[in-house]
Amino acid sequence: MADLRTVFAGIKSPNPFWLASAPPTDKEYNVRRAFQAGWGGVVWKTLGEDPPVVNLSSRYGALGFEGRRLIGLNNIELISDRPLATNIAEIKRVKREFPDRAVIVSLMVPCEEDKWKAILPIVEETGADGIELNFGCPHGMSERNMGAAVGQVPEYVEMVTRWCKQNTRMPVIVKLTPNVTNILMPARAARAGGADAVSLINTIQSVIGVDLDAMAPMPVVGGKGTHGGYCGPAVKPIALRMIGEIARDPTMAGIPISGIGGISNWRDSAEFLAMGAGSLQVCTAAMHYGFRIVEDMIDGLSNWMDGKGYERLDDVTGRAVSQFVPWNQLNMKFRTIADIDQDACVGCGLCHIACEDTSHQAISKRNGPDRRHYEVIEDECVGCNLCAHVCPVDDCITMVPQPVDGELTWPEHPSNPHRITA
Amino acid sequence: MGTRFDIACGRLPEAVLDLNFADAHPGLSNEQAALEADRCFYCYDAPCVEACPTDIDIPRFIKAIASDNLAGASKTILQSNILGGSCARVCPTEILCEQKCVHTAIEANHAVRIGALQRFATDWQMNQTTHPFQRAQSTGRRVAIVGAGPAGLACAHRLAMHGHDVTIFDRHEAPGGLNQYGVAAYKLADNFAQKEIDFLMSIGGIQFQGGAVLGQTITLADLRQSYHAVFLGIGLSGVRALGFENEGVEGVLDAVAFIEALRSSTLSEVPVGRRVVVIGGGNTAVDAAVQAKRLGAEEITLVYRRGPEHMSATSVEREWAQTNGVTVRFWASPHHLLTDQDAVQGICFSRGTPEGGYDPQDSFTLEADMVLKAIGQVFVPDPIQKDQILVENGRIVVDAHGRTSMPGVYAGGDCTAGEDLTVAAVRDGRDAAEAIHAELMASSVEKDANNG
Ligand SMILES: Cc1cc2nc3c(=O)[nH]c(=O)nc-3n(C[C@H](O)[C@H](O)[C@H](O)COP(=O)(O)OP(=O)(O)OC[C@H]3O[C@@H](n4cnc5c(N)ncnc54)[C@H](O)[C@@H]3O)c2cc1C
Ligand SMILES: Cc1cc2nc3c(=O)[nH]c(=O)nc-3n(C[C@H](O)[C@H](O)[C@H](O)COP(=O)(O)O)c2cc1C
Ligand code: SF4
Ligand code: SF4
Ligand code: SF4
Repeated sequence: MADLRTVFAGIKSPNPFWLASAPPTDKEYNVRRAFQAGWGGVVWKTLGEDPPVVNLSSRYGALGFEGRRLIGLNNIELISDRPLATNIAEIKRVKREFPDRAVIVSLMVPCEEDKWKAILPIVEETGADGIELNFGCPHGMSERNMGAAVGQVPEYVEMVTRWCKQNTRMPVIVKLTPNVTNILMPARAARAGGADAVSLINTIQSVIGVDLDAMAPMPVVGGKGTHGGYCGPAVKPIALRMIGEIARDPTMAGIPISGIGGISNWRDSAEFLAMGAGSLQVCTAAMHYGFRIVEDMIDGLSNWMDGKGYERLDDVTGRAVSQFVPWNQLNMKFRTIADIDQDACVGCGLCHIACEDTSHQAISKRNGPDRRHYEVIEDECVGCNLCAHVCPVDDCITMVPQPVDGELTWPEHPSNPHRITA
Repeated sequence: MGTRFDIACGRLPEAVLDLNFADAHPGLSNEQAALEADRCFYCYDAPCVEACPTDIDIPRFIKAIASDNLAGASKTILQSNILGGSCARVCPTEILCEQKCVHTAIEANHAVRIGALQRFATDWQMNQTTHPFQRAQSTGRRVAIVGAGPAGLACAHRLAMHGHDVTIFDRHEAPGGLNQYGVAAYKLADNFAQKEIDFLMSIGGIQFQGGAVLGQTITLADLRQSYHAVFLGIGLSGVRALGFENEGVEGVLDAVAFIEALRSSTLSEVPVGRRVVVIGGGNTAVDAAVQAKRLGAEEITLVYRRGPEHMSATSVEREWAQTNGVTVRFWASPHHLLTDQDAVQGICFSRGTPEGGYDPQDSFTLEADMVLKAIGQVFVPDPIQKDQILVENGRIVVDAHGRTSMPGVYAGGDCTAGEDLTVAAVRDGRDAAEAIHAELMASSVEKDANNG
């Protein structure tokens, strides 16, 4: 059995699966159930100053696709709407009762040193394992100069991080907003401010859809809508890219990264680890299916690690990072060609029409006696992969790597007017 | 032998009869339709389309259902098949569109439920007050259609759409053909056939004249005089006989007539035997057997002369008979009828084998109060006997456009060679209408002058 025990910025948990700061971690009742279900840790729903914020009704909008619900979720919720003292008392109780689990407290107070100085000892007193600075909330709080409004300005990120580091002994995780053009700017600022770790991504600014009757963005609140924060399976690719960029950045070398964004199963988890994450945070998947989804994450990850011979999480964390390179370091001599398994093919024609209408015309069509026959015209196939992606039958189309004759990257490529000549 | 001649009406309470003859496969709910529509891969050059006699653009209409564009979905169906609503209910999809669905290559019998989705979309249209098609400007051309079954109706609608004036003649008082008095009641429940005809007629330009019998009250020659073109969709009016001398005794009925009586009367007034034997291996046999059972017959045996693989009823229909409590027996050929005075008492069969034929020495007898013959329908050429229209192999000969050997006269549906299915009749009617339209638009004013 693979060892899933996690030590992240000094914070210990029995497995890398933490619930992200969000409604599932908003109170003792939920967190207790989450721990009973097997979650390794929680990042408590963001605490702010009293009086607590006031939330709206309704709060969520969802993106579905071809019958699947909630491939993306958008929310216009704010931080915890319960009094600080209530949250603090509950955190303390839960931590005492589940000493082996990671309890991290997410915080967001106005950008004034006094305010941070005031809240930190209160949190510390709970026995929590660390804090996470919510510099990410992209709606509502940012209009009050908190959340993403801080996270988008590297100087503020650095400054607030430093205040925290100076005023608490707890590890400080800085949660980054993806609503920036270059994720490295706030990430480096966090490190400069002394952050023990970064976590990302928080939600992405979005309008999830338009209610065509109300003629207003969804969710519609009394006839109007606002932009919200987007998360769920659909944001995974964005999160992976940002995590990878930080993981491979020399100035960030060694910083623990808590991966967040669309993690829904063990496979997503393994991918986040491979791209550099040392712990994993989940929100939407738990909101969609409940805490029980962690069961498959834990045993799926551990079975996969056993199969691959990885003993500890460290064996996986960052394993794909050195293979994550800029485009111009890819070998231009490498080539794959699509291959159709004619026994598996059901003759739906999707590969053909996708290729036909996407400029390559590399899959021919013939009407056979029982079904249509589709064949790859190898000389026309550019190895783009599109057919394999549209084929509804698993493993029916494979991309077969062709023999490679050496390596040639764009910087040396003859077609590159700026090529490097020896 | 047991009680003699037990044929009676109202074997079951009316409430039970109503249940027994209610929609056998009720329509999909919105949720069911959405889930099913999402299963469709939206194939390119989809094989299911090729397997639909009317070439409905199936992926397109299913995609439209998935995107909640029901007006688009139903119009896609109806523009290929104006009787898409009844076809959705009566098509043996297991040997048509659904047989070719690519999902069956992934898992046998797990085709996308095309028929059910087609019903979902067309039901939506039936609940609107609008008609999706508009009649073109009147062309002033008149077309006579004989036979108001699916072939004639589809032909009429298409012609009316192109601006021609259509009169449909039928020997029945009401239009619909076998949709109205042949197809099993639970397939077209809630008076669907009539509702669909009302919908179809609402395009305008179509007149119906019932009680008009070709060869008796009207003649082809007269129609050719008064109309610019004629379409014959007169179906099959004859049934094969068993060939026994005493076949005329009480209790021996032709299955089609039995079903017609059932479709046109109050269920509690339809007489049915206590023990019924149905002879035949097609859908008519299955429909007669199941409906007799649902009317309250106690013992129903369907006897087919050859094996299951030879039956023209599909496997789905055979299972339907069996799950409805019909005993199905194979390899038995009717040998003689047992009668008592003028009523049937039973029927004796010779057993047979694929190799050896039937052995009259090896026989068995089934007691019966009613014997339903469903051994095939035939085309009766009498109404056109005097007109030199070519008939071959017992059906009117037509070319690919539905033209008979007589100029200006077209035919389609069961009276011509083909699949003998509602959907095929619709295709024939539609295609003949297009050919008639092309001919009428090309023809000179001369003809107008001649025919007034
Ligand atoms: C019992 C039974 C069950 C069936 N079930 C199914 C099923 O489930 N699914 C399926 O796809 N198909 C089924 N069929 C077949 C289907 O009903 C026919 O293929 C279809 O109705 C043929 O249409 P049509 O317009 O050619 O002929 P019909 O529907 O037979 O219509 C012919 C019309 O012409 C009229 N007519 C006939 N002679 C004259 C005349 N001399 N003068 C004036 N009018 C005349 C008749 O009154 C009738 O209205 C079934 C058939 C039967 C008998
Ligand atoms: C309803 C909702 C409320 C959230 N509230 C907070 C919050 O208070 N603090 C915070 O740091 N992140 C908050 N998030 C962001 C999540 O912690 C997480 O970063 C994001 O949802 C991406 O992960 P996921 O794709 O697994 O949902 C919230 C997300 C949702 C859906
Ligand atoms: S997409 Fe796949 S199943 Fe469909 S035709 Fe192409 S190879 Fe066959
Ligand atoms: S008309 Fe009949 S065969 Fe054609 S698609 Fe509809 S159900 Fe299938
Ligand atoms: S073959 Fe099946 S999956 Fe493909 S378009 Fe037709 S119904 Fe859809």
